[in-house]
Amino acid sequence: MASSFQEIVVEAQTRWHDLTVGDRPWIRIGSALCGKAAGCDSVQAALESALEAHGVQANISQVGCIGLCFAEPLVDVQLPGGPRIFYGNVTPETAGRIIVNHVAGGVPDAELALGYLPGVLQGTLTQGTVTEEGVPQEVDNQPEGIPNLDQHPMRALETRIVLRNAGNIDPFDIYQYVANGGYRALLKALTEMTAEETLNRVADSGLRGRGGAAFSTGTKWKFLAGSGAPVKYILCNCEEGDPGAFNDKAILESDPHTLLEGLILAGYATGASNGYIFIRHGHDGPVDRCRAAVEQARELGLWGKDILGSGFNFEVEIALTGDSYVAGEESGLMEAIEGKRAMPRFRPPFPAQSGLFGKPTNINNVKTLAYVPEIVSRGAEWFSSIGHDQSTGTAILCLTGALNYTGMVEVPLGTNLKDVIYQIAGGVPDGKQLKLVQTGGPLGGVLGADSIDVVLDFEILRSAGAIMGSGGFIVADEDTCVVDLTRALIAFCQYESCGKCFPCRMGMSHLLEVLERICQLQGQPEDLDLMRRVGENMQAGSLCGHGQLGFNPVASALRHFGPEFETHILDRKCTTGRCLEPRFSPRLSRRSPGASLLV
Amino acid sequence: MDGLIQRITDAIHGQTQPTLTVLSSLLAVEDELGYIPKEAVAQVASFTNHTVNDVWAVASFYPNFRFEPPCRHSVEVCWGSTCHLVGAMPVINAVLEASGLSDEGDTPDGKLSVRLNTCLGACSQAPVISIDHHLMGRLSPEAARQRVTDLLTS
Repeated sequence: MASSFQEIVVEAQTRWHDLTVGDRPWIRIGSALCGKAAGCDSVQAALESALEAHGVQANISQVGCIGLCFAEPLVDVQLPGGPRIFYGNVTPETAGRIIVNHVAGGVPDAELALGYLPGVLQGTLTQGTVTEEGVPQEVDNQPEGIPNLDQHPMRALETRIVLRNAGNIDPFDIYQYVANGGYRALLKALTEMTAEETLNRVADSGLRGRGGAAFSTGTKWKFLAGSGAPVKYILCNCEEGDPGAFNDKAILESDPHTLLEGLILAGYATGASNGYIFIRHGHDGPVDRCRAAVEQARELGLWGKDILGSGFNFEVEIALTGDSYVAGEESGLMEAIEGKRAMPRFRPPFPAQSGLFGKPTNINNVKTLAYVPEIVSRGAEWFSSIGHDQSTGTAILCLTGALNYTGMVEVPLGTNLKDVIYQIAGGVPDGKQLKLVQTGGPLGGVLGADSIDVVLDFEILRSAGAIMGSGGFIVADEDTCVVDLTRALIAFCQYESCGKCFPCRMGMSHLLEVLERICQLQGQPEDLDLMRRVGENMQAGSLCGHGQLGFNPVASALRHFGPEFETHILDRKCTTGRCLEPRFSPRLSRRSPGASLLV
Repeated sequence: MDGLIQRITDAIHGQTQPTLTVLSSLLAVEDELGYIPKEAVAQVASFTNHTVNDVWAVASFYPNFRFEPPCRHSVEVCWGSTCHLVGAMPVINAVLEASGLSDEGDTPDGKLSVRLNTCLGACSQAPVISIDHHLMGRLSPEAARQRVTDLLTS
């Protein structure tokens, strides 16, 4: 059956060849959530009407997020056989100019261009012949007066593994993934490797879970592989409710097949029978693209019965959840897939013994699974040579807040956070001072400006009082009030507490009440100790991380910015004035449902 | 009324994924109608072989479900940490002022519902709002106010 995969590869390479060196220009528009929010739809409409007005034909694709979110809407134009020219912050007006000068006129608009990437050609492609690795060859054809995009600060320090295709390929087209080397790892594992060899390769690579806990993926898989049950589940967690983190969604939007291939490989390695991809309802971009990917892969026989003739069977399904942050917790996630309230379970039994529908189960984050195809293809040693100490591979960071360049980057673990903030993200705009970096989501911590000289490493970050979490780094400048920020984080945690464990349910409300009081400059000197006691009880008496880690934002804020709390309490003063502005929180919570429910 | 029942039935029975649950059925109804009418709760219960109580338990847990017919337009304002830091509160304030509401909820004429969302997922474009499920980023309070006013006068 491998020959039928070869037919898919030939088809894919022919299509890719037509797109990049065919007879029409190829226009790619960034249209992940970042692109949508920046207005890519109106830019696309302007591009299309300009093409029509000038009687020019071009292929237009909506691609995902290349990471340069600050430059969205981002449009890249590739004339047949030429380099890719990137235009940032395109407006409907400049869209028309790009069509006139570049697409119709044939000359890149150096004044508008952000940078270029070398054209990707497959010089050796001949109809019906598959190149050795299927890896496209690069031809550096630098346009005049336009810098190489890889020299942009946001890309200069990157090592792209998971994001290798992001922004380059149309996520709705499986052939574009295959043309760029996709599903070779699956073919290799199924035809050349045993399940045990596949699992060992992932274990030897040192890959650790990227959802926050940083547990060894190989060890986790071994728990599941050890069970001989006929039905076993691999769940992929893309709930991603962390404000400030969007990398899971961005992977689904930019390159969903990387995840899907990783999921199927995880199923093969552990002998699982079913995989679920778990996404929040309402995030239409990631949901739609993932659905299309799953359907296309099924049509090509890449999951289902007897995959690629190997005898391995694996079913894939997408499960949606309602709005619930705790649904991202592994046992809450299983409850949600079973259709119940997303409330965490008691452990033991652990999921690997009794998980979804009582069957052995593994839960992996999107990013974790998305590394797997490249690890299987390129080997454990290659992966473990990247990174720092026990933290192998790369980190996929979402850089948001007060930064010159907001976006998503993939850098080797071991990169210094200071370099991430000042070099990659270009520092704080408007000449303002950095005040703090909030990491690891609302349950994570803050680092003061003087403690960001720290390398990205799971252990080192943890001992610095921050966690990597799922990779969201939110940067705040000098205008930020730490008390106000802490209150906002706790307001989120209070709203999202599922309510099962009372130390979390009531503790969060209590913390919020005290922080509200401090924000209103009516705090009491004993409030800080009161919060510490509440925090200790939450940690001791909660089933899941939501309550156990719920005091983190307060604890780390007190550690780095204790005097600022004291100014609010003792001097009754908020130096930034942020605490005095009007503020709002969701009215509906899980404990006060709409009145109509009560009738 | 029969039309409503039929739409609920079609939504519940039209689900194509293998795993059908209370939550998946409620989401299917929400997608079709934009809300969960009481009739749907009973139907979901019998379809999934659960009690009406079980279904209410799930429906009341997830705040994305509403129980009254949707307004003509919806505005969601992101309230997540990044948006908060770069100015979500003044944007929320502007949206509420322009819609004549003091808190999240529906305008009395049924034209507009305003909701705070914990994260709309476009953090790099903060502050973000979503109007009728279309995201808009880097929004000033003035621009937000104008958008809402336009919706209400359209």
